[in-house]
Amino acid sequence: MSRSLLVGPFNRVEGDLEVRLELSDGQVAAARVTAPMYRGIERLLAGRPPLDALVIAPRICGICSVAQSSAAARALGDAMALAAPANGRIAADLILACENAADHLTHFYLFFMPDFAHRDYRERPWHDEAARRYKAMGGEVAKAASAARLRFLHVMGILAGKWPHSLALQPGGITKSIDLGERMRLLGILNEFRNYLEGQTFGDSLERIAALDSAAALQAWAAEKAPTAGDLRFFLTIADDLGLSQWGRGPARFLSFGGPGEAGGQWQDGKPGGLDLAGLREDLEYTWMDGGGLHPAVGVTEPKADKAEGYSWCKAPRLAGRSFEVGALARRMVAGHPLIRELVAASAGRGNVRDRVVARLLELALLVPAMENWVRLLGGQGAFCHSGDMVKKADGVGLVEAARGSLGHWLSVDGGRISRYQVVAPTTWNFSPRDAGGNPGPLEEALVGAPVGPGEDHPLIVQHIVRSFDPCMSCTVH
Amino acid sequence: MSALGAEPAGLVETLERAGIHLLWHPSLSEEGGPAALDVLEDCRCGRRGFDVLCVEGAILEGPNGTGGFHILGGSGRPMVRWVEDLAKRARYVLAVGSCAGYGGMLAAEPNSLEAVGLQFAGDEAGGLLGDGGCGTAGLPVINIAGCPPHPGWLVETLMALSLGQFRAEDLDGFGRPRFWANHLAHHGCNRNEYYEFKASAAEPSQNGCLMENLGCKATQAPGDCNLRVWNGGGSCTNGGFACINCTSPGFEDPTGSFLETPKIAGIPVGLPVDMPKAWFVALSALSKSATPERVRKNAREDRIVVPPRQRGP
Repeated sequence: MSRSLLVGPFNRVEGDLEVRLELSDGQVAAARVTAPMYRGIERLLAGRPPLDALVIAPRICGICSVAQSSAAARALGDAMALAAPANGRIAADLILACENAADHLTHFYLFFMPDFAHRDYRERPWHDEAARRYKAMGGEVAKAASAARLRFLHVMGILAGKWPHSLALQPGGITKSIDLGERMRLLGILNEFRNYLEGQTFGDSLERIAALDSAAALQAWAAEKAPTAGDLRFFLTIADDLGLSQWGRGPARFLSFGGPGEAGGQWQDGKPGGLDLAGLREDLEYTWMDGGGLHPAVGVTEPKADKAEGYSWCKAPRLAGRSFEVGALARRMVAGHPLIRELVAASAGRGNVRDRVVARLLELALLVPAMENWVRLLGGQGAFCHSGDMVKKADGVGLVEAARGSLGHWLSVDGGRISRYQVVAPTTWNFSPRDAGGNPGPLEEALVGAPVGPGEDHPLIVQHIVRSFDPCMSCTVH
Repeated sequence: MSALGAEPAGLVETLERAGIHLLWHPSLSEEGGPAALDVLEDCRCGRRGFDVLCVEGAILEGPNGTGGFHILGGSGRPMVRWVEDLAKRARYVLAVGSCAGYGGMLAAEPNSLEAVGLQFAGDEAGGLLGDGGCGTAGLPVINIAGCPPHPGWLVETLMALSLGQFRAEDLDGFGRPRFWANHLAHHGCNRNEYYEFKASAAEPSQNGCLMENLGCKATQAPGDCNLRVWNGGGSCTNGGFACINCTSPGFEDPTGSFLETPKIAGIPVGLPVDMPKAWFVALSALSKSATPERVRKNAREDRIVVPPRQRGP
């Protein structure tokens, strides 16, 4: 028996999203992912003074604001041949890490886990506890997570003035020097956040979580205490019960632009590879736009709302003709974290709902100690910002790992003005529509095979798969 | 997303403590899909009463007035139509952010999205809902302006509404709550001494005043950003960068660049509000001539190189 199902609006994702499912024999046979909003921010950047990108780009998104800001600053720095001094670079890394960690926390507690409190799961043995902890707008643990998040974001008050939409990140560094008292306050905030994560999220030290190096080690760690001891353990219990490692398998290709101490690269055909973006193209066959098939360095954004074959405002980035998954899972795959490599290998090399969540929590355990270390490296007599002259004519590229994955800005300056600005955001990769070859985007591929019962009009498994990518539609439809 | 960080306990808990219940929120609610559409449809048809409609994001009327640039997922209906309908049923309507209030960044030139605010298109009254009273209580749209607005501006407005303590006269001419819009972002700026002596920064990360060279509009911008502070202790100027007057309509299209102060004959074009130009010029010249060496030097450094002179008791 076949039917078609339109799923939306999706709540607890950032921005607007709907998904059309073709169902056959109780399974998803095909999925089409629609971004139903267009924002045109690339177009309004054209003609502006180059540094205006620092103001406009972060406003692409209220939750990935610093990532956008960071990519814009790097693209401008690249165009100006300007590099930040060590203090400025470390402070900028701290600001981006703070946003990424806060976003991972927000995703886990406020966007992803509340689905397990749904009444459709009321027969499951873990349901009542999940509802007590994570119920949307009422769960005790979710509320405490919000409070922990806002105190952690005090890092931004010190380093970036405010969050979101800071102008602290500049092509040559950051706009303020951080004094001794501020560094000590940063350590205090990080310590409080560490205590929260160790007490509530993990029930263990961050170092212990970061060092879990195999599926067996993760399993043994989980078995050490009661299944409710810490939210990671509790999630693994739920994931086992629901078989979340079976669903949401991606394209088996992963991309990361790298970060502090980590090289960018890709993973496909079961092997790592270097980062080469020469073969990057944005396909527009099913996008409500004209043109297509161009590298973002020469790309265009020409909306065409009445394009008959179009079904999304999202472009379809492809590297050498292939789709790639981006995000925490892809980052840990490329960086070679042994636990993540093993989990993904056990999932036909594709990863799944559970693996994406584990990778995100693992990154929380990696990021906070890294941040503590960076704060200790700040200071001395070194500058926090170098200045340089704006160029009349140049091109620049800014590549960043946002919480949700690889973010790139491609900028051209001509006559002292921005002549072209193209953004390829993480969810543009993950939630792209089909390309001219008919190849689905990563989410479209991941939804195939998901079980949907005859009466279901808003299937929870589809919710889990969609949210496991932590989509940001606002960035997607920049 | 800014609002999620409402102090002291996060948005949901802080509102709950004040007896304010969120009926539906796209980022926070459990209900999605048909259940979410049911909530919205019930509110739209009057089957379910609610007090406040909060709209975030510019109203996109394009392309060609169809609203097709923004369809509410799963509904097939432009968001602009949902907002129009829901606004008729709400007691109060809040525009959260300068986009919802005035069009904001998405309405920047050339505004190919046909973006407007709820009751303003830029600084012109009108917008989607027209001038005057709106919502069943008859108040105009309350513009919690800013890009982003401070979480406190939203939470405190909602609390005042719930206590029946918010009146039409609590709004300024652009629909902003006066409790924060009667201040200027300049008030409480930690660079005040540099401002007083016109000791200016020339490059990012320097300590000096940001007004003369680096585009700061805090002396013109409504907001108590430096009085209540952001994220535990920050603000734009405290972070070392310009206030871009994000609480005002039209902030998205500045004269020249955002981060460079436009000048005529060396004098900034955008003078502090309420300040006669001749006096500004005269006082600037006077204060520049009186600038202590300490302030002059520190203004162009990224650390304090000359500390205040030590004095005995």
